[in-house]
Amino acid sequence: MHDERRAEVIDKFRQDLHGHLDAVPDGATVAVGGFGASGRPDALLNALCDLGKTELHLYVNNVGEDFKGVGRLLREGRLRRLTASFPILPEFYAEYFAGRVEFELVPQGTLAERMRAGGAGIAAFYTPSGARTMLSDGEFALSYRDGHPHARVEPKETRDFDGRPHVLERGIRADVALVKGHRGDRKGNIRFRRSARNFNPLAGMCGRLTFVEVEELVDVDVLDPDDIHLPGVFVDHVVMTAAAVPATAHIVRTVPGDHHDTTIPTAEETR
Amino acid sequence: MSPTPTETAPAPPRGLTRDQVAARVARDLIDGYTVNLGVGIPLAVPHFIPEDVEVVLHAENGVLGLGPHPGEGHEDPDLTDAGKKPVSLRPGAAIVDSAMSFAVIRGGHLDVTILGALQVSETGDLANWYVPGRNPAVGGAMDLVAGTPQVWICMEHVDRQGLPKLVRQCTFPLTGARVVTRVYTDLAVFHVEDGGLVLVECAPGVSPETVRRHTAAEYTERLAG
Repeated sequence: MHDERRAEVIDKFRQDLHGHLDAVPDGATVAVGGFGASGRPDALLNALCDLGKTELHLYVNNVGEDFKGVGRLLREGRLRRLTASFPILPEFYAEYFAGRVEFELVPQGTLAERMRAGGAGIAAFYTPSGARTMLSDGEFALSYRDGHPHARVEPKETRDFDGRPHVLERGIRADVALVKGHRGDRKGNIRFRRSARNFNPLAGMCGRLTFVEVEELVDVDVLDPDDIHLPGVFVDHVVMTAAAVPATAHIVRTVPGDHHDTTIPTAEETR
Repeated sequence: MSPTPTETAPAPPRGLTRDQVAARVARDLIDGYTVNLGVGIPLAVPHFIPEDVEVVLHAENGVLGLGPHPGEGHEDPDLTDAGKKPVSLRPGAAIVDSAMSFAVIRGGHLDVTILGALQVSETGDLANWYVPGRNPAVGGAMDLVAGTPQVWICMEHVDRQGLPKLVRQCTFPLTGARVVTRVYTDLAVFHVEDGGLVLVECAPGVSPETVRRHTAAEYTERLAG
């Protein structure tokens, strides 16, 4: 390395998660990575709850099977709207039918591509998924009141390409993105592990402000440039996940000349 | 569960078991296919793929080359299938993010998707995501049927009330219009050709008349031998 000190000027690692996450306003749109509990950023979702954030509109594939993560936001009444393909949790539907949370149901691939497109500066795209179904014709109930559908999800513009119907879907630009990574460095470069990658890099792309919790913080030269799934240019803040085994956090080395302590506290300690 | 006969629905005859339906479908998979499996009977299909046939299994959450459950104590929370169950990886497996996983699906790069169904219409319309009044959830079903060249349906020939699931028009909300290419049931195998159903095979011991009695959809017959 020709100039290690210069290489450390960009430092996205944060010990004070709450201080930075408090910038999220009530009513914010939030893109969240994860597929069920796999790759779900629980430390960041817990922090949103601890900070008392409310009226949130979440873009996430699932609520999950319990009251952890997104399920905790639901149980604490912090959701205004959910955009998802497969909520799972029965209590979510109870809240939806009771008129306490709005629900935009979208095909899973459409949700993924909407995040990718939003992050890539594509305002909208045509997809065949959901064409000529109640998810695109304006029939699906966005909200309930007194046990009956109250508002509907707006009908989607439909157009034929190559003789097949396609629907127009909007890219997602979220106020905030919450991402769970496996390894990250101080420049915000992130690598995911196995199928915990899923929606995470896409959520990370589409946030105006992107937080990533990682199990291991590594030196800037540990992740090979060819192996980075989400480059730091998309990432604003990196924290340690509470889900990591505490010992994992303590084995992390810091680079020579680093101005941080050599031992990185776990997210549990920083909470 | 024992189906209740009604005036409109004759008592269902005995055809193939669910495992036998899965085994029948597995026989039609061709060496080198990349396949996505839905929940229900389709999940049993891999157990019946012959050893000399290599099929790459795809899961919506981004795995190409799924292997079976890794065994007690070897589960990896970072490695699951689309049903959130622990899986292993086959040699040569690849893992991608959700956008690329659905590029594989929507872009027509899978060979076959094998799904369950509530109803299939005589023109190949599919309803398999939502029973009105229940909890709506779609997952990747609409992407799978929109993009995959071959959509094979594995299902019971009649529902729990004994009513036909092969119908003139779907009464449940559609997953996709004119997307089904084959239907495998406990009684028979149908292909969809030129927008119409064709009965190509009856299960052993099941007569074409029995199939007709339990099918509301219009179809033609092209039975071998």
